[in-house]
Amino acid sequence: MALALSRPVPRSHLSPGQLLVAGAIAAFLLLFLVVPVATVIYVAFTEKGTGAFTLVNFLDFARTDLFVRSFWNSVYVSGMSVVWASVFALPLAYLTTRFEFRGAALIQTLGFLPLIMPPFVGAVAMQLLFGRNGTVNLLLDDWFGVKVPFMDGLNGVIFVQSVHYFPFILINLSAALRNIDRSMEEAAQNLGSSGFRLFRRVVFPLALPGYLAGASLVFVKVFDDLATPLLLNVKDMLAPQAYLRVTSIGIADPMGYVIAVVLIVASILAMWASAAAMKGRDYATVQRGGGGLAKRRLKPWESALAYGIVGLILLLVLAPHIGLFLLSIATIWSFSPFPDAFTLAHYARVFGESSIYIKNTLIYATLAGLIDVVLGTAIAYLVLRTRLVGRHWLDWAATAALAIPGVVLGIGYLRTFYGVTLPGGTPLAALWIMVVLALAIRRLPYALRACYAALQQISVSLEEAAENLGATKTRTVRRVVVPLMTGGILAGFISSFSTAAVELSATLMLVQSNSDAPLAYGLYVFMQSPAGRGAGAALGIVAVLLVALSTFASHLVVERSQRAKGAAQ
Amino acid sequence: MAAPIPHPAPRTRAAGVRVEGVNLSYGTNHVLKDVNLEIRPGEFFAFLGPSGCGKTTLLRLIAGFNQADTGSVIVGGEDISGLPPWKRDVGMVFQSYALWPHMTVRRNVAFGLEERKLPRQEIEARVERALDLVGLRHLAERRPSQLSGGQQQRVAVARTVAVEPKVLLLDEPLSNLDAKMRVQVRRELRDLQQRLGITTIFVTHDQEEANTICDRIAVMSDGVVQQVGTPMELYERPANLFVANFLGTANILEGRIQGQGPDRIFNIEDGIVLPIPPDAVVPADAKLVFRPQDAALDRVETGAVPLPGTIAHREFLGSSVRYGIQIGGTEIVVDTPFQSGNVLHEPGRPITVSVSPRSALWLAS
Ligand SMILES: Nc1ncnc2c1ncn2[C@@H]1O[C@H](COP(=O)(O)OP(=O)(O)O)[C@@H](O)[C@H]1O
Ligand SMILES: [Mg+2]
Repeated sequence: MALALSRPVPRSHLSPGQLLVAGAIAAFLLLFLVVPVATVIYVAFTEKGTGAFTLVNFLDFARTDLFVRSFWNSVYVSGMSVVWASVFALPLAYLTTRFEFRGAALIQTLGFLPLIMPPFVGAVAMQLLFGRNGTVNLLLDDWFGVKVPFMDGLNGVIFVQSVHYFPFILINLSAALRNIDRSMEEAAQNLGSSGFRLFRRVVFPLALPGYLAGASLVFVKVFDDLATPLLLNVKDMLAPQAYLRVTSIGIADPMGYVIAVVLIVASILAMWASAAAMKGRDYATVQRGGGGLAKRRLKPWESALAYGIVGLILLLVLAPHIGLFLLSIATIWSFSPFPDAFTLAHYARVFGESSIYIKNTLIYATLAGLIDVVLGTAIAYLVLRTRLVGRHWLDWAATAALAIPGVVLGIGYLRTFYGVTLPGGTPLAALWIMVVLALAIRRLPYALRACYAALQQISVSLEEAAENLGATKTRTVRRVVVPLMTGGILAGFISSFSTAAVELSATLMLVQSNSDAPLAYGLYVFMQSPAGRGAGAALGIVAVLLVALSTFASHLVVERSQRAKGAAQ
Repeated sequence: MAAPIPHPAPRTRAAGVRVEGVNLSYGTNHVLKDVNLEIRPGEFFAFLGPSGCGKTTLLRLIAGFNQADTGSVIVGGEDISGLPPWKRDVGMVFQSYALWPHMTVRRNVAFGLEERKLPRQEIEARVERALDLVGLRHLAERRPSQLSGGQQQRVAVARTVAVEPKVLLLDEPLSNLDAKMRVQVRRELRDLQQRLGITTIFVTHDQEEANTICDRIAVMSDGVVQQVGTPMELYERPANLFVANFLGTANILEGRIQGQGPDRIFNIEDGIVLPIPPDAVVPADAKLVFRPQDAALDRVETGAVPLPGTIAHREFLGSSVRYGIQIGGTEIVVDTPFQSGNVLHEPGRPITVSVSPRSALWLAS
């Protein structure tokens, strides 16, 4: 994480407390991130049994048709998902930022909705709507006598993933478009450029960094996702293969580890490629002056066309939500465009016998969120406010979790902690607390960022004033720093909480019994049998509401703390 | 830019600019009020006025980025009011320079020529020429972010003049430079304009900038053109109090005009009265205005009536001394030249101030 320090770090004396905290964080990251990942890599490169270094596992990988095909399938699906996500995101971003467009804010908000639902949940609803015997195809067959294989094989994964992840491109591209200094465009017009040439030569190149950031994120997320292909019964992709190897053949089989290493490398490569492509292209600091792109007025027919396009895209990307809701209140829905009758029984079931899933989710996500903000605040403080040697390593290690797919972390935990048994004989890896730790590690980079932002906004002089009045470092942190960071910390907590609540990849590997399972796992179990789908959908709706509410809450918190700070200045 | 020109300067088609009856509002904010201007071909013209008075708005109107509610813009005899910006052939240098960060200096400068679909060889030749003109040929392959503020400004100018527009518009082109660069660059701009002979409109809020390099200036306030004239005309014969105040320092004495014809007097305060010269044109509600260097202390100018005052304070400025003098309820300033050996007046001392009728201005707001 690149940190621009706007003020000199105070020349502080290291207190034993700081050393202790730094040591504890280092130990935590080492134990629950570095060691498991290193173990995975180590196993992939060693001979089974002897422990000698070898590349034979990778040769096996390259010689096995299934793996090679899985690899290319993963690349293809990720690439096509980026393409389709761009197709959805580009018009929305361009139309809402570039033209006077009624409801632009609403469209942007609706555009984010897909993110608050786990993609595999949407997959089931998409099957019902777009599958071979889904609503759309039944209607198409009725009217025109054709069926379109939207959801067949890899198509289905691409469709579901691009609908789910396109907001990443929308968010980044819209922000980039809004940040373009309006005079950049006017200068081009002044020199004789207009229309599509203007877009191609000036506007899009300036927005390219934002687009690439979003596109690479989509690529990595799709590449690493486990649950969606599994639920769509697509097994010849990399992440499902890793999972199936480890769960069906066992944790001793090296192939799962080799695939894990391939996943890590692909993640890092994609991030590196986007960073390299953006090198020297971050224009935000070069542009001066004010105002985003000048907004144009649309002619009536252009306006009608634009609203038509936007409406169609929104309908498409919101289809999973609509389908899921219908499914959650349907008695039977199969081989018919719409459900036959409606019922609330699924909700009763979810809140009755299956409420354990909700309870577990609340506990796990809360704990993971707490761990994240404690670690995040401490790391941010150590990096920004002390001169502790090696403090940046903590930052880098925590941020590196971004590049570790959930499956990989899950495999690493199984391997590392299975051998460790508790006095009662249970392996450490089977404890539910492992799920919490994995969730915490996975979400830590995001929480850390929120904490950094919060701390950077606090002037050092506020702390110096406290020290000047006799407060020690520790007391200053407690009485001045943490209270001022509350808004940012809370926002970090909520974002960790809400994403941890629907995370599945690592969970799928670590959950050992139904009674320990969180909501996402329960969803997955439900969704696998036709009979469970109604209840699964109801559980999905609960998950969506949970995430939506906490996202909204974090929004309020951030806004309120900003207002309060504004008023204090 | 100081280097001799290696190529003959490009010939531009100098065109006059006429702004006729322009009104423009942003919602209820009436920003330009019946603006009429005539800018001659090849002239270096300034829009001068305090910030927020509508200079940028007027300039962007000429470039086509703002739409007038009424009125028209005529360039070289052609009414361009209905044309979009990219068809106007009116080159604008933006206050922020607006150099595209994703292109090198060369690509930036070539952009407008490429949009005009010129043959490649001609584009190359004209890019070189434009870069020579601003002395930046050696930096052609750099990115804008690798240039200093002054260099960026020159690239922005080169990019605009490369297309040889009919008119060159400069929106506060010096405002992003430090004070020393500003003086140098403004000279270079003037030099370049002279060589190209291009009609140029220069927007600034700094009277010194406008005075030093422009042929004529339109002084604007609150969306209204107050006066148009050469720098000297504006200084010597300001049309109203605003212009007098905005260009240089002016003393303003309030009073009542009493009497008729040759007996008119200006009653400043009880006991302080000035006769008004019979030939002076004095608008109703006029005030007496004069420049600090146009008054004499303890010495009566021909035809002048001295005013009694007291020295309130004194500033020694080296080549001159500025006295603050209390006359009745008003404080005025008077500059006197300083030569070695002069004795200064002490604060608190009574003194007379006299203004020759030639230098006295009678202005209303
Ligand atoms: N896009 C705009 N929308 C609304 N008001 C504007 C806009 N641009 C300028 N104004 C207003 O018009 C007035 C003149 O602005 P401007 O032409 O930028 O002044 P100047 O360049 O002389 O400083 C100001 O009161 C400003 O607030
Ligand atoms: Mg301006």
